[in-house]
Amino acid sequence: MTKINWNNNPEITDDLVKEHGLSVDEHKLMIKILGRKPTLTELGIFSVMWSEHCSYKSSKLHLKTLPTEAPWVIHGPGENAGVIDIGDNQAAIFKMESHNHPSYIEPYQGAATGVGGILRDVFTMGARPIANMNALRFGSPEHPKTRHLLSGVVEGIGGYGNCVGVPTIGGETNFHPSYNGNILVNAMAVGLADQDKIFLSAAAGVGNPVIYVGSKTGRDGIHGATMASAEFTEDNEEKRPTVQVGDPFTEKLLIEACIELMSTDMVVAIQDMGAAGLTSSSVEMASGGGVGFTINLDNVPQREENMTPYEMMLSESQERMLVVLKPDRVGEAEAIFKKWDLDFAVIGEITETGNLTLLFEGKTVADIPTQPLADNSPEYDRPWIKTEIQPTIDAFDIPIPNDFRDTLLKMINSSELSSREWIWQQYDHQVMADTIQIPGGDAAVVRVHGTDKALAISTDCTPRYCYADPFEGGKQAVAETWRNLTAVGAQPLAITDCLNFGNPERPDIMGQFVGAIEGIREACTVLDYPVISGNVSLYNETNGTGIHPTPAIGGVGLLKDSSKMITIAPKNEGDVIMLIGECTGHLGCTQYLNIIEGREEGAPPPVDLALERKNGDFVRAQIQNRKITACHDVSDGGLFITLSEMVLAGGRGLEITLNNGNIPIHAYGFGEDQARYVISASPNDVNDIKTAANDANVTLEMLGLVTGHTLDVKNIFTITLNELLDAHGTWMPKYMSNED
Amino acid sequence: MKSAVVTFPASNCNRDMFDALEKITGKTPYQIWHQDSEIPDVDLIALPGGFSFGDYLRCGAMAARSPAIKAIALHAERGGNVIGVCNGFQVLTEMGLLPGALMRNSSLKFVCKTVHLQVENTLTNFTNAYTKGQVIDIPVAHHDGNYFADEDTLKMLETNGQIPFRYVSKAGEATASASPNGSQNNIAGIINERGNVLGMMPHPERLIEDVQGGTDGRGFFESIINTLK
Repeated sequence: MTKINWNNNPEITDDLVKEHGLSVDEHKLMIKILGRKPTLTELGIFSVMWSEHCSYKSSKLHLKTLPTEAPWVIHGPGENAGVIDIGDNQAAIFKMESHNHPSYIEPYQGAATGVGGILRDVFTMGARPIANMNALRFGSPEHPKTRHLLSGVVEGIGGYGNCVGVPTIGGETNFHPSYNGNILVNAMAVGLADQDKIFLSAAAGVGNPVIYVGSKTGRDGIHGATMASAEFTEDNEEKRPTVQVGDPFTEKLLIEACIELMSTDMVVAIQDMGAAGLTSSSVEMASGGGVGFTINLDNVPQREENMTPYEMMLSESQERMLVVLKPDRVGEAEAIFKKWDLDFAVIGEITETGNLTLLFEGKTVADIPTQPLADNSPEYDRPWIKTEIQPTIDAFDIPIPNDFRDTLLKMINSSELSSREWIWQQYDHQVMADTIQIPGGDAAVVRVHGTDKALAISTDCTPRYCYADPFEGGKQAVAETWRNLTAVGAQPLAITDCLNFGNPERPDIMGQFVGAIEGIREACTVLDYPVISGNVSLYNETNGTGIHPTPAIGGVGLLKDSSKMITIAPKNEGDVIMLIGECTGHLGCTQYLNIIEGREEGAPPPVDLALERKNGDFVRAQIQNRKITACHDVSDGGLFITLSEMVLAGGRGLEITLNNGNIPIHAYGFGEDQARYVISASPNDVNDIKTAANDANVTLEMLGLVTGHTLDVKNIFTITLNELLDAHGTWMPKYMSNED
Repeated sequence: MKSAVVTFPASNCNRDMFDALEKITGKTPYQIWHQDSEIPDVDLIALPGGFSFGDYLRCGAMAARSPAIKAIALHAERGGNVIGVCNGFQVLTEMGLLPGALMRNSSLKFVCKTVHLQVENTLTNFTNAYTKGQVIDIPVAHHDGNYFADEDTLKMLETNGQIPFRYVSKAGEATASASPNGSQNNIAGIINERGNVLGMMPHPERLIEDVQGGTDGRGFFESIINTLK
């Protein structure tokens, strides 16, 4: 056994272990694995590897139940990102990840490094990143910090994504007081690779060199993973030094250099240094390949002086990668990184010991068996209680507005339903020249470069539904991405999930988590829409108050022929407007109830997944047959909001006649029943569509016509395009310039 | 037409420019690395958009001191055509091939959107395929596109017809709200006195196929081909 150097090593007291966030039992397990007490460096390594953020110790029992397979899934969860087959030997590689705590402390850098981290997860697998997306939740607009956080996060996402030259093509933003002390910044990246050029992290080949490339290591971000695994308290401002600083310029060089390196045949394995930096990358590469790593820390490129092994192993300095090369190829690889002006250092080699052995100044400072460190990490079956079911609200108990016009204008001028243009205009959403559907529609769409194919991407979650009923909310989040991809004509293929919840040690929060997972599982199963990657962010609490459960879902779909893509904008005067799907007038948990009545209550709309699938498959087939000229799914705010958004996007009016039957008009117009789409079609195609709907047993209702420049719902209200534009477009710019 | 696209370390529209030139000219452009001190004999050198060296200093300032720059300046001096789009425009002003400077947008924010441009002078190497006064739609995406020059320079640019592209409203009026960045006189692009060097903030290379939402950018490249006929 290697002789450990105990010089300058403090005594590992119970308090020190506790400060590292490890429990008494975890401490015992660590000693059992090592066969002795740990050194300080080893304690640091165990603490980050077994942090909630890296080990998924509270969640993995439940995550295992998610469907992860389909014939088109090439790599599911467990790799840096998930990989799906998109035909022609090409693959789409994607993942979404949270950067919540850092973004609350330092919004610009927190969000920027969130983008940087997720990009590395994708390009480390051999993909060129082709799209960024995000899912953002802020506190109430009235909260004194919200403006500052929104402004900083958007600038950070833009500052990073714009510079690296990957278009940020969409996302979603909500405001709610439950995020006042804990915002959510979830970033998603999608990349494109050839299926025979996908790189994994499992190391192999005793004697092969271990290479460090990218930026130098500094003291930034030490314990970031541990911070992400604890609740916030009032002193969280003091944690600012644990937030990393991003350098998109270096990231851009790293992307180009790594893609150049991976175009050769010299790479055995490659892994980015994300959370827990050098520690998690080396442990994952070694344990994944069943080999050992010996690393000489003296060779790690360092930005600061007198760094200790502990600091080097726990640093979360950005823009770094670890690569295992084939022997005798070091010179060739070094030339590539030299060309891109990046650090390149041989820091170790693969051994047969199975241990991570760290040398520093000629002495061994850590020697840990990687298999038990990675695989025997704690796994908890946390106690949980099922979230209480909320009563279904009867629409007849909700007052009917006196003036539908004012009500609608108020709704689209609200923080929740107003235009997000102020945000996405700060993102370069067109660089790479392949963006064929920009933000503002149902899904963003990018061409697969040089082909007729395109990928549609959407991020969705309705946290107020999840709070009322995690199971239905989990289903709905998955179904909404599926519907958004369908609405542009794409075949939905797979999702990534970013599960943001409060403290899992509280049974009610754990109950939310378990419920949401059950909902996601059911939706993915029925829709043939597996989970291929994801991230769990727990402890999103401040002073004991948890956020609304927010399982953000990022869905990706394929358009084999991008010329068949449609948008939400009606194209032609005289086209016919139709509603697909059943309307029951469900008002519980809706934006109407929230914005107009100031009430957040009742059961959310139930999601009938079989109906969802039937209606969606019907709409997609009609788009593929070029029968539909525009399509918009019905979601937040209901039918009237959907129609308003179509008028706004197309610059054309709609003349609508309602057939609400026994349903009160406000419930018909603002209810949020699921599995619905509004479509437009040429009058010549209406009969075909009706026949097809009848054959498929799909409910279709005639709504009206595309005409003029006014949204005219007969006998109920009339609003001009300009009035809609003003109400929809002004809320956020006014709010951000502090004029409210 | 033979062309070349220059790549600085963090250029990010080099591929888009390369593709646009290849599709429209039918010939594969040369690629020039910023450290190349020799440039093949071409009709056009294009400096693409991006962040060249991260642009933490002044945008384009470091790029304007790259080894390739001398050869680009020599090419321009011999009367060869040079275009700079977005970051490329910033590099051309930093090189001194074009007058003035590009300051931070008046909103202080990055702006990406499609703007209306009026083609004011169709007698240039870069605009002859458009009609005079034509309003075209081209996307912008920049943080520093706020063109500034001293009064004498502005006067010279206006008098000599050195402002081929100006930001206008849909109706063709050069209003303050039509400019995405607060540039003087709504300037979107300028040419040098000799007429062989052009810099512009909007990205014509992003709008050359219907599927991209329009083809208003094609005329820019077609103009250069016309010039060389």
